[in-house]
Parts: sequence; structure tokens; C-alpha cells
Amino acid sequence: MDLFLQLTFAGLAIGSIYSCVALAVVMIYQATDHFNFAQGEMAMFSTFIAWTMLGLGLPIWVAFFLAVAISFVAGVLIERIVVRPVENAPVLNQIIVFIGLLVIFNSVAGWIWEYTIKPFPSLFPKSFGFETTLISAHNIGVIGLTLIVLAMVFAFFRFTRVGLAMRAAAANPDSARLVGISVGWMLALGWGLAAAIGAVGGVLVAPIVYLEPNMMSGVLLYGFAGALLGGVSSPGGAVLGGLVVGVLENWVGQYVPGGAELKLTFALVLIVGVLMFKPAGLFGRIVVKRV
Amino acid sequence: MTRPNPITPTLFFGFVAAVIFGAALPYFVTDFTTFQFTQAMIYGIALLGLNILTGYNGQFSIGHSAFYAVGAYTCAILLYHFEWSPYAAIPASALVTFVVGFLFGLPALRLEGLYLALATFALAVATPQLLKFDLFEHWTGGVQGLFILKPDALFSGWSTDQSLYYVTLGIMLALMIFAWTMLHSRSGRAIMAIRDNPIAASTMGVNLPLYKTVTFGISAMFTGIAGALFAIVTEFVSPDAFTFFVAVNLLIGSVVGGIVSIPGVIFGGLFLVFVPNYAQDIKLAYPWMPPPWAIFGTFLILIIYFAPFGVWGFLERASAWARRKLRS
Repeated sequence: MDLFLQLTFAGLAIGSIYSCVALAVVMIYQATDHFNFAQGEMAMFSTFIAWTMLGLGLPIWVAFFLAVAISFVAGVLIERIVVRPVENAPVLNQIIVFIGLLVIFNSVAGWIWEYTIKPFPSLFPKSFGFETTLISAHNIGVIGLTLIVLAMVFAFFRFTRVGLAMRAAAANPDSARLVGISVGWMLALGWGLAAAIGAVGGVLVAPIVYLEPNMMSGVLLYGFAGALLGGVSSPGGAVLGGLVVGVLENWVGQYVPGGAELKLTFALVLIVGVLMFKPAGLFGRIVVKRV
Repeated sequence: MTRPNPITPTLFFGFVAAVIFGAALPYFVTDFTTFQFTQAMIYGIALLGLNILTGYNGQFSIGHSAFYAVGAYTCAILLYHFEWSPYAAIPASALVTFVVGFLFGLPALRLEGLYLALATFALAVATPQLLKFDLFEHWTGGVQGLFILKPDALFSGWSTDQSLYYVTLGIMLALMIFAWTMLHSRSGRAIMAIRDNPIAASTMGVNLPLYKTVTFGISAMFTGIAGALFAIVTEFVSPDAFTFFVAVNLLIGSVVGGIVSIPGVIFGGLFLVFVPNYAQDIKLAYPWMPPPWAIFGTFLILIIYFAPFGVWGFLERASAWARRKLRS
């Protein structure tokens, strides 16, 4: 029973990291109808930025917030400079641009920081003052911080004018433009937020998977799976989907023979399965297309 | 009334000239260069598969490395465990990848554009892990991969590299003619109609599920044949030769050559073989230069901005422009 609980809690922790990535994916999807395949590599890059600042002697929380802030600015700039020119291009062209970004971030990270595997310290203390063998302090911290981030994102969209404007720009760009919202900048802001949320996920996952340029490929796949499971049109669903995927991943790894080696295949099966049998996800809207 | 898409004199003589050039090449260059051209043609065959699916049928795949891997591993296993002749293993690999592609095309039927890209992305990322899987290790060689031997030259006057070059050239030409004929037939028009407007196509009586799955199968088959040839010429398969970055490579080659073209795949293949070499040389000479992959990525984005139709599309546009100028 202890093993089962340990697996479940660890699954919730890694699942909340998937939730961050899933949320980042859903934010860009909602605003632009596209999956950002470079989301994982952007998060990896942000984590390396945090690592560099740690090396300069900054305290870990300062490095964390600086990395998140830099990622936000970088996200806005990427939308403005790189993604903008293909805004109205066919889907294929946009996917190729995202793949191009993925390749660039991956190789530039390898160029600057090399491909050696680096340990990354946890944001949280070794112990929160109480002892339990069921869950590590890092995992408690991961779940707590993710919940805070999600609450902030929710509050931002629900209670601020900019959040409202962003929702309007995503839901109905033409009408939003008519009431004076700069839709282009709202998209850029969405990219910035997604990059920042992704950076949080990257810094949280780095102590678990270790820091290296390819660390996010599996995480991104699970993030996609989580987003699809919860429904790509529902941010709340994406978060829940991420958690469910994290827990399922741990259970499958332990209880299904061969599951530990086939974790990515599990993500593949999950993605194809959800797309086939419940394309809208658990909480998504079913989109009816007009002919 | 003229037939649609007639074989024009330019097309015919261009093709003949290209074949003569291709056939003469190994007599003028070293064995190593011949080997590189063989690799370029192998990429070309794989790109042809991707172009049929993505360029002509409008189904996105950013996971064609998976079918490349299936073809390569089928061939390697037949050679290594069953001691088949390579010339028998290639058709067998083609058959296997056709079936695998057809089967993957079934769930793909329900996935449109972006979602299909996502599913194929997952496929490409998961492939190396599947190849390393313990249960298959007896067959696939696990992390170590499988070593196989190049076949002897077909004629005593040729070196093994030259022989493989001609085999690859022959297969590529046959597949290009097959692709051209298919795409310029009634079925080809149906395939393109599905890309341009699926609803209108099905109203006109095109059997959407049949065409889409069979196109998926044919596309996978082309890429699988390329994979089998890759296994034979490099004499080695291993899981790390089929990562997601191979799929990215194929996408780059496709876009460079022109994703809606058949002859463009040659340019794509040449690009994929020779440009990384030059980029590596430049990197060695000037260590401050960014790594080749970063340049590739930038290049990919710039092509999409300025020439999304690729090299062949550019040539077509240039020749159309020149013809207009001449006439007026």
C-alpha cells in the first residue's frame, strides 16, 4: 500500500509539472489554434538560464524569478518577430516554423551549455519540518508551487482587464479589435505567459530528470497528452489532465510489465487513443464546423 | 482536346538528361563521393514518400522517421537473422512498411491537420524507445543495433559502392515514375482534391477513408524502401539513428526541395547530405560559428518566410516568368 501511495504522490508531483506544460500549450492553442512544438525546448532554455544565474552566485529563488521574467520577455519577442510573419499562412508552414524553433533552441543550448548532464538544485528545502516517507519535500514543493501558479493564472484571466482582453482576443478577434483591443499584442502576451509558465515547469522538473538539452522531449509529450486528455479548449481540464497523466505514468511504469521502458510509447498510445475516442477531451467543447 | 498534364518535350528531355548524368556520375568521382550521392538519393526516396502524403494529400507527418526505421529494421532483421538477399529484403520491407503505414493511417483518418501532426510527433519521439525495448531485443539487437554486410557488386567491373549507387538510382527512378504516374491519374486528382477540399471531394464521390489510408500506406512504403536502402549502404542499424531529429531532417529536405514536387526531392536529398558536411567544415574552421543544427533551423524558418515552395517551386516560377518575358 505504501508503494502505491508513494507512486501516486510522486505521480501527482510530476503530473503538476506536466500540467504547467499542458497549460502553456493550451494557452497558445486557445489564442492561435496551434500547438507550439517548441514549448518544451523553450522551457529547457529557461531552465539553463536559471542554471547560469545560479552559477553566478545568485540565490535560487532570485534565479528562478529572473529566469521566468526573461522567458516572458523572450516569449513576447518570439511571437512578434518569428511567429508573426506566418500568422495567416497555412497550418503546415506554421508547424514547420515551430519545428525550426525547436531545433534552434535545442542546438543553441547544446552549443552554449554542452550536452553533459547537469544536476539542478531543488527550489525547496530538504524538509518542511515534518517527516514522511510517502512523498519527498521537493515533490510537496512542486505541487504547492504549481497550485499557486495556477491560482494566479486563473485570477489573472478572471479578474484583470488585460486578462479579459486576452480572452476576448482569443474568442473573437474581430469583435475584440472593434472594441479597441490590440489583438496582435494580446497574442504576444499569451506567448509570453506560456513561456513563463513553461519556465516554471522546466525549473521544477530539472531536479528530477537532470538538466540537459533533451530533457524536455518526454515532458512535452506528456504535457500534450495531458492537454488532450483534459481537452485543449479547457485550461482547467488541461491541468487535471496533466495530473492524471502523471499518476497513470507512474502506475503503468510499476504495474504493467515492460511499462517502465515504454513510458513514451504509453504517451503515444494515450494521445492517439484520446484523439480517436474522445477528441474533445474530458472537459473540452466539441467544435462544430460550418461547411 | 489535349490530355491533361502531357509529357512536354522539356520534361522528357530534362528527365533523359538527368538520367544520363546520374548514370555517368560514378565514372567521374571517387567511391566516397559516389557513396554520398547514394545517400542523397536514399533521402530523396524518403522525401518522395513524405511529399506524396504531406504535399499532395495534405496529411501532415512530422514522424516519418518511424517508417524509415521500420523499413531499415525489417531489412536488417531479414538480412541478419534469416540471411536473405538484400534484393529480396527491399521488396519485403516495402510490403511491411506499406501495411504499417496503412494501419497508422486508420487512426489518422480521424485526425485533422494539427492533431495528426501531434500524433506523428509522438510516434517519432517514441520510436527509439520501442526499438530499444527488451522483449524485441533478440530481434532488434536492442541498444547495440544490428550489423549487416554490403552485398557484393552486381557486375565485376563495379565496386560495391558503385553497384549500390546504380541499384539506388534504379529504385529512385522507378519510384519517381510511379509517383508521377499515380499523381497524374484519376487517383492522383482525387488525392489532391482531398487536400484542397475534403468535403467537396467526398461530395464528388471520392472515397475519403480509402484514399487517405492507401496514400498513407504508399507514403510509408516509399520511406520504408529508403530505410531499407539506408540499412544496406550504412551496414548498420541502431535506435539512435531514428530519433525525432531524423524526422525533422526529412521535413527540412522536403521543404527545401519543394514539398509539392517530385523532382524537388533530389535537391532535398543533396541538401541533406552535403550541406551538413559543409556546415561542419565551416564550424571546424571558425569555432565561434553557431552549430549546424541552429543554422538549419534558421534556414528552415527563412525558407518558409520567403520561398515556401522550395527549390523546385522556385525553378518552376522562374521558368514561367522567363517564358512570359520571351513571349511579350
